[in-house]
Amino acid sequence: MNPVNYLYLAALLFAIGATGVLIRRNAIVVFMCIELMLNACNLAFVAFSRLHGNLDGQIIAFFTMVVAAAEVVVGLAIIVSLFRSRHSASVDDASLMKL
Amino acid sequence: MTALAAYTTSTGEAFQFWVLGTVAVIGALCTILMKKAVHSALCLAGTMIILAVFYLANGAYFLGIVQIVVYTGAIMMLFLFVVMLVGVTAADSLKETIKGQRWLAAACGLGFAILLFAGIGNASLKDFNGLAKANEGGNVEGLASLIFTKYVFAFEITGALLITATVGAMVLTHRERTERAKTQRERAEERVREGKHLPPLPAPGVYARHNAVDIAGLLPDGTPSELTVNKTLRERGQIRDVSSEALDDLRALEQRSTDRLERPDLRRTDTGRNGDGDRAEETEEASK
Repeated sequence: MNPVNYLYLAALLFAIGATGVLIRRNAIVVFMCIELMLNACNLAFVAFSRLHGNLDGQIIAFFTMVVAAAEVVVGLAIIVSLFRSRHSASVDDASLMKL
Repeated sequence: MTALAAYTTSTGEAFQFWVLGTVAVIGALCTILMKKAVHSALCLAGTMIILAVFYLANGAYFLGIVQIVVYTGAIMMLFLFVVMLVGVTAADSLKETIKGQRWLAAACGLGFAILLFAGIGNASLKDFNGLAKANEGGNVEGLASLIFTKYVFAFEITGALLITATVGAMVLTHRERTERAKTQRERAEERVREGKHLPPLPAPGVYARHNAVDIAGLLPDGTPSELTVNKTLRERGQIRDVSSEALDDLRALEQRSTDRLERPDLRRTDTGRNGDGDRAEETEEASK
C-alpha cells in the first residue's frame, strides 16, 4: 500500500463533511461536520509530511488543531446564545439578524 | 517506514489502513446521517480516535496523542455539553424546506469527492521519503525545534488567537443583569400579594405505571396538568404525555383483568379491591 491512500481517505472524509454541512439543519451537527472536514485536512497534512520526509506538515496540522479549538469555543458560544434567544438550534430558524 | 524513498508500506500497516479506514468512513457517514445530535457526536468521536491511530502510524507521534487529548478529550466533550444544554432529544425535523435540497447536496458532495480524487490521482506521488530521518532525534524534539525557530511568529499569533477566543466566548455567553435579583423574602411576599399558588407547585404526575419527572400529573378529571412539570422541560417541549388514549388503554386493561380474575379465583379479586396498587399487582400476575 502506498501512503497516497491516506490522501484518498482524507478526500473522502472531507467530501462527507461538506455534504453534511449542506444537508443538516441542526447547528450543532453542522458544526461537527466542519470539525470532520478540519480533521480530514489534518490527515492530509500528516500524510504529506510523511511523503516529503520533513516535519513541516505536522506543524501545520498542529496549528490547525489550535485554530479548531479556538473556533469550537466561539462557535459553540454563538450556538448557545442563539438557542437562548430563539429556543431552537436549527439554522433555518435563524433567518433574521434580529428578533 | 525506515527505508528512504520507499514505494510501499508494511503489510501490517496496509491491513490497519483498510480495516480502520472503513470504520472511519462509516463513522463519518453516521455523523451526518444520525437523527439525534448525541449519536452524531459519538460517531464523530470514534472517527477522531481512528484518525489519531492513523497519525501514529504515519510517524506523527505527538499529533496522535494531541488528537486524542484535545479532540476526543476536550472538543467532543464540549460538544456533548452543548448538546445537553440545548436539549438531548431535540432531533432534526426531516421535512425539507427547499424541495430536492438533500439530493442536490448529496450530488454536490459526490462531485466534490470525484474532483478531489481526480486531483490526487493525477499527481505523481509514487514514492515517498518516510519520516525516519526527520524523526531521528525524536518527533517531539523535531517539532519543538521547528516551532520555536521557523514558525515562532505563527506560534505567538496562535497565543493571541486563543486569548481572543476565550474573551469572545465569555462576552457571548455572559448575560448582564439589568435589575437587582429578588431576595427570598421579597419573592415570598410577592407570592402572597398576588394570591395565586401560595403552596409549592404540584409534583409531577403519578398514574399507576409512571412516576417520571417528565410526565404531567393528572387533575381529578383525568386531564394532564402542565404545571406539575419542571419549567425547563416545559420550555423544551419535552413533556411526555399520558394522553387520553393511554388512559383508555389502562382502563381497558383493568376491566379485562377484573373480568379474568373473577372467573378462576373469587378470593383474589376480593383482596384485590382494597386499593389501586394491589390491583396493579394483580394485573401483572394475571399477565404472567
